[in-house]
Amino acid sequence: MKLLTHNMLTSHVKGVTKGYPLLIKATEVKVNEVDFNPQFVTRMIPKLEWSALVQAAEELGQRQDLPDELVPEYENNEEFLKKVHRVLLEVEVIEGCLRCPESGREFPISRGIPNMLLNEDEV
Amino acid sequence: MDASVRNNVKAVRRSKEDKKVFRKQLKASHTLLKHEGISTALQPTKSLVVANGGLGNGVSREELSAVLNEMGELETLIMHPHKPYAFVTYRSEESARKAHIHLNGKKLQCGENSVTLYLSYVDSVTCEKEGSVPLPEGLVLVENFVSLEEEAVLLAAIDWSSTNEDVTAQKALKHRRVKHYGFEFRYDNNNVDKDKPLAAGIPQECLPVLEQCVKNKHIDIMPDQLTVNQYESGQGIPPHVDTHSAFEDTILSLSLGAKTVMEFRHPDGRIVAVVLPGRSLLVMKGESRYLWTHGITPRKFDMVPVCDPQSPAHKPDLGTRSNLTLNKRGTRTSFTFRKIRHEPCRCAFHSACDSQVAPSPPSPPSLPCCHADAALLEEEYVHRVYDAIASHFSGTRHSPWPRVCHFLSSLPPGSVLADVGCGNGKYLGVNPDVIAVGCDRSVALVQICAERGFQAFVSDALSVPLRTSSCDACISIAVIHHFSTQERRLAAVKELVRLLKPGGRVLIYVWAFEQEYNQQRSKYLKDQNKEHPEDPSATENTPEESQEPHEKLSIHSSRRSEDIYRPVENMQDVSDGKLSVHTNRTAFNTQDLLVPWHLKEGKKRVEEKSGEGGKKDRRKEMSKKTSGNTCSAYSLSSIAKLDGNPDPSPGFDSNMSSGSHLDTSDVSKPSPSCDTSQTSSSTLKLESESSPAPVYHRYYHVFQQGELEQLCGQEAGVHVQSSYHDQGNWCVILEKDLGR
Repeated sequence: MKLLTHNMLTSHVKGVTKGYPLLIKATEVKVNEVDFNPQFVTRMIPKLEWSALVQAAEELGQRQDLPDELVPEYENNEEFLKKVHRVLLEVEVIEGCLRCPESGREFPISRGIPNMLLNEDEV
Repeated sequence: MDASVRNNVKAVRRSKEDKKVFRKQLKASHTLLKHEGISTALQPTKSLVVANGGLGNGVSREELSAVLNEMGELETLIMHPHKPYAFVTYRSEESARKAHIHLNGKKLQCGENSVTLYLSYVDSVTCEKEGSVPLPEGLVLVENFVSLEEEAVLLAAIDWSSTNEDVTAQKALKHRRVKHYGFEFRYDNNNVDKDKPLAAGIPQECLPVLEQCVKNKHIDIMPDQLTVNQYESGQGIPPHVDTHSAFEDTILSLSLGAKTVMEFRHPDGRIVAVVLPGRSLLVMKGESRYLWTHGITPRKFDMVPVCDPQSPAHKPDLGTRSNLTLNKRGTRTSFTFRKIRHEPCRCAFHSACDSQVAPSPPSPPSLPCCHADAALLEEEYVHRVYDAIASHFSGTRHSPWPRVCHFLSSLPPGSVLADVGCGNGKYLGVNPDVIAVGCDRSVALVQICAERGFQAFVSDALSVPLRTSSCDACISIAVIHHFSTQERRLAAVKELVRLLKPGGRVLIYVWAFEQEYNQQRSKYLKDQNKEHPEDPSATENTPEESQEPHEKLSIHSSRRSEDIYRPVENMQDVSDGKLSVHTNRTAFNTQDLLVPWHLKEGKKRVEEKSGEGGKKDRRKEMSKKTSGNTCSAYSLSSIAKLDGNPDPSPGFDSNMSSGSHLDTSDVSKPSPSCDTSQTSSSTLKLESESSPAPVYHRYYHVFQQGELEQLCGQEAGVHVQSSYHDQGNWCVILEKDLGR
């Protein structure tokens, strides 16, 4: 699971109103090199919940110096885009789980795949 | 060369022609020694081997014996099946000498071809006394079952000139022509439409024959189906077992006109050729009906024993199997009488039984009436099945549908796309400029996505863990038809709409009840019909290489279109409320059904397709694409890149999937995925060698025209932008209203 995916995922347990962002408890994280495409990253940024991305990077110890706030005119800031590129596309959670911030329900991540299936009584 | 001429020049010196004959005769005797172990004798004996004078050369016993008899009285003439020579033994050595002199180099005209005979002395004649082969268990041949008069009456009863094919379902097949009475036997699915009797029942003229059959206890009940086949010389029928589930045990076949030879084959390799004389009745029961295949090899001559009293060369003392001659085929008409079976077959021959090899689920489930039942049904008949068949399924799902691709390509760069029910992820990389994420209920399928470097997670389509209004576009391809109640199908649509931003669009595909639309059958359907429709052995598995299960199962013939557009109310299978099992390649009878998936065959097919040739091409494609267009897609993979030891789980089909995907998309793939593909192709091989063929059943609700639009219309805040029929699917594009 890349952090871009994490940025889109939310807890969907019945009754939960604040299920976002999911907390990450990782036991295995990998950083894989991915070719940098500034245009693609630039297009991605407006789709993100910035604070959730920063929080996720922090949890994985991968924040480095990613700023709390989105920088203005980031589309021309290649250094910034590279940082975003790294946390969004290169950092991957291989093993661990995602935890619902409200209910505490944990969703396992195995071989890089989050399993978000709910039980009968959680739907 | 004329024998008398040769006789005259014999004493003087060998003419050029003689030398040639002599050389050839020597050569022939060497060939016989080398290939057949027949050693020729230098000194004259009573016996000769006649090279080129064999049944295998198209020389009949009558033709050869006529020539040989000119030289003296024969003691034996032995003609082995398929051999290019014969053995003749004369009463006297003198006759044999005469034959050796006069017949060497003799040209014999046999029908259209001519052969040149070469004779050599042999010390002994090998005459294997093979005992007569017993008929297959349960097979009875009754000769002269009908009189010449009855034969004429029966043949006259069949009107081949009729063009009204609806009445008797007359067909000109590749190798014969055929007419059906009572019920039509369909060669596309090798079964009968049991609830669709033909207008014409069994002709009256047949009744005395059938009554005789019942009286003689050849059959217990009167047959209700008749298939008349007419074979011209040279025509035949491929080996087959009459479909167990279609017909009861006893099958009666009355042969009229010319005699032919029918071959019965046992699965263990035994072959029994049975001569079917004109006016004979063949009764197939038990093992001979259920287990042995029967067929007629298309040819113009048959080897038959010479026991026929009309044969001039008939000699009572000839050995059994060597006692053969050739029979030129004429036109033969067979009347096959069968009784339609209404219950599944319960024979003891499971390996050949379609009722038992591809069994219905032990107790087919009923259509659910409450939410909990529906969830249970889908768990067993959708989710578990996809997990079980994932790798095979994935291997058959490699070509993205063009119109889905068109939708994906129309999305602006940077769009967020959710593929809900993404399967093996074949749409996740189609447009590399979008941010694509997939989800599927099947862990096994999601793992295949991950292997391919796509971002995907496991979730249910009724509860997708993505932020509300986070997606510019969603697709739901071949998913919603797996929900077993209207409420759940609507809930699935609702969930898709929830994910969309205002102005966002979702494309939905579901399998259509109408597998033929605007008189158009899918491309795949048409391809199917190119296969030998008369070949009854080509049944069982529908090829699974279609784009989706839809086309694969959508096969039905055009003439059945009249029973497609029945109103919804009449379509539910009311028998006992149980879901019916769909017969592959037939039209749908109901909207809710179980569709069989045959696992093993498909795996083989996958293996074939991942052959070397294709792989090389793809690899070329990959390296080309890797060099350009570097990082564009979110789906761009890095799993294999740094993970020096890619180790896909057995059965993962990353080879098939990743390779073919590249053909249509511009996704850049890191080259190490090639290694992955190699590994997986070898695991596939292992799989295909193991275990018998399991059959799985998936639940489907197939949609009628207008039903999908009506379903989506119930969801507020969204409108149908367009809808269409695409290759046996109903499709809509919904747009979420602005301001929501």
